[in-house]
Order: sequence, then C-alpha cells, then structure tokens
Amino acid sequence: MLEIKDLRAAIDGKEILKGITLSVKPGEVHAVMGPNGSGKSTLASVLAGRETFEVTGGSVSYLGEDLLELPAEDRARKGIFLGFQYPVEIPGVSMVNFMKTAINEQRKFKGMDPISASDFLKLMREKKEIVEITSSLTNRSVNEGFSGGEKKKNEIFQMAMLEPKLAILDETDSGLDIDALRIVANGVNKLRNKDNATIVITHYQRLLDHIVPDHVHVLYKGRIVKSSGKELALELEEKGYDWLKEEN
Amino acid sequence: MTPIELQEELTSLYTQHADTIAKSSSETINNRRVKAMEDFVRLGIPSKKTEEYRYTNLMPYLKGEYTYELAPARFSVDLNDLFRCDIPTLDTNIVLALNGFFYEKNQIDRLPEGVIISSLAKASLEYPELVNQHYSRYADTSLDSLAALNTLFAQDGIFIYVPKNVVLDKPIQIINVGFSLQNLRITRRNLFVAEAGSQASILICDHTLCKSSFITNSLTEVYVGENARLDIVRMQNENDKSSLINNSFIYQAANSHLSSNTISLHGGLIRNNVFTKLDGKGANNETYGLFFCKEDQHVASFTHIHHAKPNCTSDQLFKGVLDDNATGAFNGKILVDKYASKTLAYQRNHNILLSKQAKMNTKPQLEIYNDDVKCSHGATVGQINEEALFYLRSRGIARKEAHHLLMYAFADEVISKISLEPLRERMNDMVEKRLRGELSHCENCAIQHN
Repeated sequence: MLEIKDLRAAIDGKEILKGITLSVKPGEVHAVMGPNGSGKSTLASVLAGRETFEVTGGSVSYLGEDLLELPAEDRARKGIFLGFQYPVEIPGVSMVNFMKTAINEQRKFKGMDPISASDFLKLMREKKEIVEITSSLTNRSVNEGFSGGEKKKNEIFQMAMLEPKLAILDETDSGLDIDALRIVANGVNKLRNKDNATIVITHYQRLLDHIVPDHVHVLYKGRIVKSSGKELALELEEKGYDWLKEEN
Repeated sequence: MTPIELQEELTSLYTQHADTIAKSSSETINNRRVKAMEDFVRLGIPSKKTEEYRYTNLMPYLKGEYTYELAPARFSVDLNDLFRCDIPTLDTNIVLALNGFFYEKNQIDRLPEGVIISSLAKASLEYPELVNQHYSRYADTSLDSLAALNTLFAQDGIFIYVPKNVVLDKPIQIINVGFSLQNLRITRRNLFVAEAGSQASILICDHTLCKSSFITNSLTEVYVGENARLDIVRMQNENDKSSLINNSFIYQAANSHLSSNTISLHGGLIRNNVFTKLDGKGANNETYGLFFCKEDQHVASFTHIHHAKPNCTSDQLFKGVLDDNATGAFNGKILVDKYASKTLAYQRNHNILLSKQAKMNTKPQLEIYNDDVKCSHGATVGQINEEALFYLRSRGIARKEAHHLLMYAFADEVISKISLEPLRERMNDMVEKRLRGELSHCENCAIQHN
C-alpha cells in the first residue's frame, strides 16, 4: 500500500528526515515511536502533503502512485488521512458544513453525485457514536473552543466520516486523559479492517495498550533505527530513549 | 487637477445653477446652503493633509468630466419593472431613487397611519415644520467638507418618518440607482426620523444600472427617538468605475437602539463616514461593516462615536478583505464625554490581505474624559490562515474551496449580526456570490454590476 524509500525532507534548509524506508501493507498497524525532535511529526506532515516541508530525496509510492506528486487534497481524496497533533480551530466554519464539503469533494473526485441531506445526517449520526461525540460538538465551528480531548475525538470522528485507506495519527494520545484515550483508541479499532492501514505516531507506549500494532519503528534523528514487533514498545517503555543516544 | 481646482469647479457649478437649485427646493433646505458654502470653501476638497482623509486619496477618483442633473431624469422604461427583488420570505416596501431623486413612479404600499415615505423635497414643502425640526440638525457641515458639499447641492432624496410608538413590520427597501449614458455626479440627501417608541428596519441597496462612471455624494441623517429601534442594512454594489461618498449622521435619544450593517461588495471608491451622537442615557449603538475589494479599489470606513450621556453602549466591528492592488482604510474614533460615565464602548477592525500589493491602514482611536468607563479597541491586518487552509485541504477540500470557506467564515461574523433573518440570508447569498466571483446581483433583478 505504502512504500517509503530513503525519504529525505527539510525545512528552511535544515534536513529533518534523513533517509526513511518503511513499507505498510493493507490491514497493518504500524507504530512510529521516538524521542522529541526525532522527525515523527515531520514524517506525518510530508506524507499528508504539507508544503512547508521540502522533500529533498527518496520516493513514496502509495497504491502504486507517486504520492509526492500529489497536492494534499488529492492525497486525502485518494484515502490518506492525517490525524493532527494540534487540530486547528476555524471559527465561522461549522463542523456540518466542513464535513459536508469534504465528503462531497471526495464524491466529486470519484465521479459521484453530492450526498443527500438525509443520507448525510444519517452518516453523521452513525459516526458520532463511534467516538461517543455529543451532538452539540458538531453544531459548533470546527474545533472552536473544543477541549483537548474533544479535539482529538473530533479527529477520529472525521476519520470515521471519510473512511480513509491509510490513516496517519500524529500523537493522537497527547493531552488525553485515560477515558478519552480509551474512546479514541476504540474508535480507531472499530475502523480497522483488512483493507486499510494505520500509522500511529506516539511518544508513549500507553496508546499501544489499546491499539495493538503489528510493527513498531523507532525514529531517531531522522532515521528509523530499529524495527520490530509490538514487544519493542514495551522495551522502550522500560528503557526509555536514552539507550538510543548511546547506540547512535 | 488639484483639490483646489476641483473645489473651484464645484463652487462655480453651484453658483451657476444656484437659482434653479433654490427654486426646486423649500426654504428649509435652502436655508442651510449659506453655511454649507462657507464650510466647503473653508475646508476644501480633502487632500492628504486632511487628517481624516490621510489614507484616502480622493482626487484620482473625483476628477474627470461629469455632467450634473438639476432635475429628475425621465426614462421610458419603468424602473419598477426592472426591480423584482425576490428576497423570498422578505416582503419589503420598495422605494426607488434615481440619480439621487425620489423616483416619480414609485409604488409605495399603504402604510400605517402617520408613516411617511416620500421625496425629501416634497416632504419639506408638505411638512415644513417636521422637516425643519430635523433637516441638517445632525449633519455638522463643519466636520466634513463633503457633507458641506452635499448640503450645498441638496435637492432631493428619501424622507422616512415613523411616528411615536408605531412598529413597522415590513422593512423599507431603498434602491438607489445610478442610470445615465454620460458620466454623472449625483447628490443624494436622506432623512430618517424614528419617533419615540417606534421600530423600523431599512435596507439600502446602492446600484449602478449602466457602465457610466458615477460620483455619488450621499448624506443620510438619522434621528432615533427615546426607546425607538432602527436597524439599517446597506449593500453597496456599484460598478467599479464609480465612487461613492456616503456620510451618515446619527442622533440617538435615551434608550434608543440603532444597528447599522454596511456590506460593500463592489465599487471603485467607497468612503463611509459615520458620525454618531449618543445623546440620551442608555442609548445603544451597533455599527458594523464588511468590505471586499480588489484591483484598484479603495474602501474606507471612518467612524466617530460620541458618547455624550451616561450608560450608553456602542459596539463597532469592521472587517475587510483586500486583493490585488486594492487599498483600504479604517479610522475609528470613540469619544467619551466627561459626563458619560458607565460607558461601554468597543471597537474592532480586522483585515485580510490576499496579495502582496494590497494595503490596509487602520487607526483606532479612543478619546476618554471620564474615569468610569469600559472601552476597548483592537485592530489586525493579516493573511489567510495557512494552518487552517492546510487542515481543510488535508480533508480533501480543494485549495480554492478551502480558501472560499475561510473567507466566508471571516465575513460571517459581520453578516451574522444582521438581526432580520431574511435579510441576513440574502446578504449571505450575495457575499457568497461575491466570493465566488459571480455577478453580484439578486435573482430576478435586472441590475448587474460590471
């Protein structure tokens, strides 16, 4: 599904990703862990198409296509979803209008007619249940005045609405209390199937108690320094990241 | 052409036609011309040296060859047939003004007893005392030379009178039309009087009906009596070769409420001056504005809110979006008298620049002579929020559509303050069309901007 080969990316001339190679197959969950500043969020941003980062080398193929050639909106329409570490507040744009526009843009891209009002409402209702989100949240402006937990739930709600093939969740656990963490993780698990894949970016192991990964990768100074099964996460929890600094 | 040359041209235009102008008007209107002439001669056409017009260079817009009409133009077409304003759930009393004059074929519905919607010239003859009591009592011609110029040339416009305790359910819709085969200078003078305890809402649409260039000098005086409520919505939608100078002088008595929303969609130069005096305890004023400008347009908002009595509140919000080489200015002043304790006065001005060349000057001012007040002001000039843009795009929304959503959200804060729902919806619609670059004309309405 996703083949990242020797990916390099820089911001303001400073190289952050220094050659990343990673392969994700349908049905898999990959966890990318690593200390602060190792390039985790940069990897997520580059995959989602944020232009502030300049790709300086390597390639990314997604469903057989050159992902790096596509603008952010086309990547989303083709099934890539980025769960933001810091979801943006957009006063004046209602959640309903936002989701309706997003869904219809996706449908237009697939050559489908816009969704009917009743189907849309039904879809909203259905997906809200997955993340235990209250009606009042979807009546408000996008993320405006949402608590940290509500913002993260809202990310998973959007993911549920858009049904991506590849979801990249950037530190979705940061700032969540244990209940919100459970709800968010449950949401992700409910959306898992054999055809889609998830990349979970996290600093801590605790999210991985709920979302069990098939592969764990450790990112350090812009490179994947270790890849293994889920037991690697436990090892990291125990040993911290200091050993990395000694080895690399 | 220099400001002085233009001033001379205009004074000689007046002198040349003074007799005709006087003959068409009542004593009330004529009586105010002497002082207006003195003020105009003394103040001159505003130049860069005039503090209030420092960021609005009028000369490029006001010079050129223009004709002037001393009597209402006559056309074979009936403007009533051209206007079928279809704000679906909004039934309005439509009043047309053609080139500044009350349109002779206006078909005004039956009004509640005592309510007057009429030509100002005619009203000043029919109700001399009433008009004399208000006409040119609020417009201080020594404050603005273009207000002086308006008073000098004033012949006609719309007069609205709502008697004590009368509530007008049906909004009044004034449609100002510029229609001329030659470039034309227009003087337009309105007077709205809402007596104590009355309520009314007025929608004013400014249009040009052809491609000629118009320079309109418009002045509206508004009296809001005790406990009266008046809501005014303006939609400025002239062609981009035209200039509109729009002065409003508002007087509010105790516990009165006035809201004004000015939405500027198209026009070459738009200058909105609002002078408000809160002259009775507990008066409440809301002055809002929203503008979009592009190419070489200039839109300027100037406000002067004078808190003269205690316990009054005022709230101002002005927002602007500027593209291409457009320039804009906001100059807002809150003046709190020493007697005006317990004043609450707020002012905000936010602008978005969409191009590197667009320019916005903003100058919020507070002048306070009382200790017991709450006042605040804030101004920002920024770009579109790139983070928000990326967030929307990451959900599959195309850049153009995402941009549109953000612009619309920016505008919504002002539009949502329009209290009359059908009007608010219509303005939403017009702004939406403006943002999409479609022709900003109402459905079924033959008026099109260029």
